[in-house]
Amino acid sequence: MKKSIWQNGIKIGLIGGIVAILLALIGMVEAFNQRDIISNVVSMGHTLLFLVVLFLGYLAAKRTGRIRPFLGFFNSLTSGLIMGSFVALLVLGGSVIRLRAVFINASPALYQLLTFNQGVERGILILLLGGAVMGGIAGLFYIIPTLLRRVLIVSVGSVLGVGVLQDLLRPTFALWGPLAVINEWLFATNGLTLHGAISLFILMASGTLFWAKRGKSIQASWQGLSLKKQQAMRITSIIFLLILLLLLPQILGLFLSEVLTIVGLYVLLGLGLNIVVGYAGLLDLGYVAFFAIGAYAMALFTSPELGFLNFTFWGALPFAIILGVISGVLLGIPVLKMRGDYLAIATLGFGEIIRILVLSDFLRPWLGGAQGVGKIPKPLVGTVELATPQEIYYLILAGCFLVAFISWRLRESRLGRAWMALREDEDVAQAMGINLVATKLLAFATGAAFSALSGAIFATKLGSVYPHSFNVMISINILCLIIVGGMGSIPGVIVGSIALVGLPELLREFADYRLLVYGAALVAMMLLRPEGLWPEAVRRRELHEAEDLE
Amino acid sequence: MVQRWRERITLTDLLMWVIGGSILALIIWGSTATLSSGRYTSHHWFDFLIFGLAQGSIYALIAMGYTMVYGILRMINFAHSEVFMSGPYTAYFVAAFFYSTGFLDRHPLISLAVIFIVSMAISTLIAVLLERIAYRPLRNAPRLVPLITAIGASFFLQYTFRGLYGSGFQAYPVVKSLEGQWDMGDFRILKFQAVVIIAAALLMGALYLFVQRTRVGKAIRAVSEDKEVSWLMGINIDRMIVTTFVIGGMAAGAAGVLYALMFKQVHFFMGFIPGIKAFTAAVLGGIGNIPGAMLGGIFLGLVESIGPSLFLDGLGIVAPYQLKDAIAFILLVLVLIFRPTGLLGERLAVKKA
Repeated sequence: MKKSIWQNGIKIGLIGGIVAILLALIGMVEAFNQRDIISNVVSMGHTLLFLVVLFLGYLAAKRTGRIRPFLGFFNSLTSGLIMGSFVALLVLGGSVIRLRAVFINASPALYQLLTFNQGVERGILILLLGGAVMGGIAGLFYIIPTLLRRVLIVSVGSVLGVGVLQDLLRPTFALWGPLAVINEWLFATNGLTLHGAISLFILMASGTLFWAKRGKSIQASWQGLSLKKQQAMRITSIIFLLILLLLLPQILGLFLSEVLTIVGLYVLLGLGLNIVVGYAGLLDLGYVAFFAIGAYAMALFTSPELGFLNFTFWGALPFAIILGVISGVLLGIPVLKMRGDYLAIATLGFGEIIRILVLSDFLRPWLGGAQGVGKIPKPLVGTVELATPQEIYYLILAGCFLVAFISWRLRESRLGRAWMALREDEDVAQAMGINLVATKLLAFATGAAFSALSGAIFATKLGSVYPHSFNVMISINILCLIIVGGMGSIPGVIVGSIALVGLPELLREFADYRLLVYGAALVAMMLLRPEGLWPEAVRRRELHEAEDLE
Repeated sequence: MVQRWRERITLTDLLMWVIGGSILALIIWGSTATLSSGRYTSHHWFDFLIFGLAQGSIYALIAMGYTMVYGILRMINFAHSEVFMSGPYTAYFVAAFFYSTGFLDRHPLISLAVIFIVSMAISTLIAVLLERIAYRPLRNAPRLVPLITAIGASFFLQYTFRGLYGSGFQAYPVVKSLEGQWDMGDFRILKFQAVVIIAAALLMGALYLFVQRTRVGKAIRAVSEDKEVSWLMGINIDRMIVTTFVIGGMAAGAAGVLYALMFKQVHFFMGFIPGIKAFTAAVLGGIGNIPGAMLGGIFLGLVESIGPSLFLDGLGIVAPYQLKDAIAFILLVLVLIFRPTGLLGERLAVKKA
């Protein structure tokens, strides 16, 4: 019996220790360490390790502590100690053997960081103690009342959030004269100031406490309003949101507008793939092909460098979209009879074929080969040229609205319901009289059209196209964002794009680890929350059917 | 009669036959043009043949992992390409160590054996971890879920190894005794290509015998035939699935070292293209069918090495060798369209597994 009491703590501690060592050896800790959360107090790299210990310690406590909370506390203490000792082992091993011959990131800087600049002996002591303390904190965290826990999560979370997103917030505040004072108070040159962090913590904590006390009555008074008033308020908030969206590039400045345009392009792509994968359930891994076709069509029709045709952006746009639709149908026909895995691999093959063709010397006179095509003109609206990211933003925003509107209307339509029937069960759908060929081809064509639109805007935004912009990573990126956001859900696509495309652009340190985190996110999502962050109602019900029945 | 035919053939069928027919016509036209131009001598063709065989036997070894996992779990182990990459990339450090101490040149056989063992061990470890962490909890999930998990795991592993070992190409040390060539009358064979072919053939033979002749092999085949019934017969299903992953991992690890010997470099992204090719090979042979995977791999290797010069050169296409990957993918799509059962195999592409 004795073994089973400590089992959870030891097991989770071992897993956590391996995770921590892996995080250190792949260089994530060191890369994140360039930035401080709170200036000169705690860095992002350390925070990463702390969070691992806290989260897993909490898990250990939760696993065991349901009946006897204090046992949970000791379990999380054990797990913390084990994780600390794993990191200590890494430091010890690194001081004896030259790990760097194999692991490129096992640098002296990493050891300094892990031992808090205290040398090996004292560092190991600190790590063991620190691990136990962190595990203990996680255990305490499990014991304290729920309200206090929520207050702590929200306020610590927001301090972390503000610290991580400082590059986003600082320039934004700086643009607004009076608000610049906040900058002075909150931010040092690298990270939050100590007093800034504390005041933010207090602010958020009191906010959460207030909401916990008064939230119910506010909600009640909202429900007490007449339906007409509720609707009026809803419309006002939507209008407010619209105005905000229109003003966004002016508020955010040049760099962040650039990020916004990238997010917007991915929203377009995501909405397109959402129709193919989310609505119709056809897993397409070669989606980037249509993006490439849209971009290259734009280049082919407009660029004087190729010199075939010299259309304007607006003249070429319909052709780009039509070409997208045609290629969607053409690539759709061969795969009509395939399902699931086979479809995924065949479409992956298509995506690669398109990229290889574009890259080859054989098509170079028409598509520019590896050098790509340049001098794609910017779009003109009246006499105004949309050149800067802040101006292109409006083009993309308009595209997003159009595409979101179309997919929203399509979902409720006869065709949309046919797609969803197809997703649920192909044979039954056919038995119900759905024309499989037409329905599948329409899904491919619609998805391809959206993607080609995105590609065309992408080409004019960059002013040039290169085959290397269209590798399979883009397809995987898009797939990730619709899965993380929630398959089949339009707000999910937007949430997914912001989380998976916008955030990494803001966190420079993150760039190298982007696909690693995506991969981990996909696996974790499928294991823990297969319906995504903002799921479609039907899908959530479907995936949790078994749990609801229990 | 005509009426009935007209009812049975749909427009899409017709269109696909047109596409297939025109590709076939292009191939024949290109081949005759190439052969009649006489640009390549029989020496060239022989070199292509040997290279294709070597390349193909590597594909065949990787394809075994795909095909066995598909047979038993009915899922594409998309991360198998990373199983293939992890082994030789780790073994590179062993090889580099042997090389720097001169051990590699003094005892090439022992060092190669150690390199093989390290590579196979690491690949097997990764394959087993993958099964345990990512696939086992999802065994009864809807079909798309494990596939997406596999894609995620694939990228996670790729970039983990990139983080661990760095993002550059690492040049595999050259084994001196494998340099040079053997002359056979008019023709010549590069030594390492011959070694690759022989080693792969031996390994495939051993694995095939294991699956066909041993008790464990029989149990694995029983589980892929019917899980529930074999469970009732007292077979431990979880253990058989793990064994399948172990075999696949071992084959992939060995294939990885052969690949590294042939192309003399390793990279964190090296698994992606061979992985897709090997899957193509598995489909070509009929997925779930082990001899099929071997045959498919060798066939694909040959098409890839001979195809560009034979089919495309005659059509007047510049630099046809750049298009060899495109040929492989087109072959995949054609097989999926016209013979989803593969060369030897049951019809699975349409079957709801």
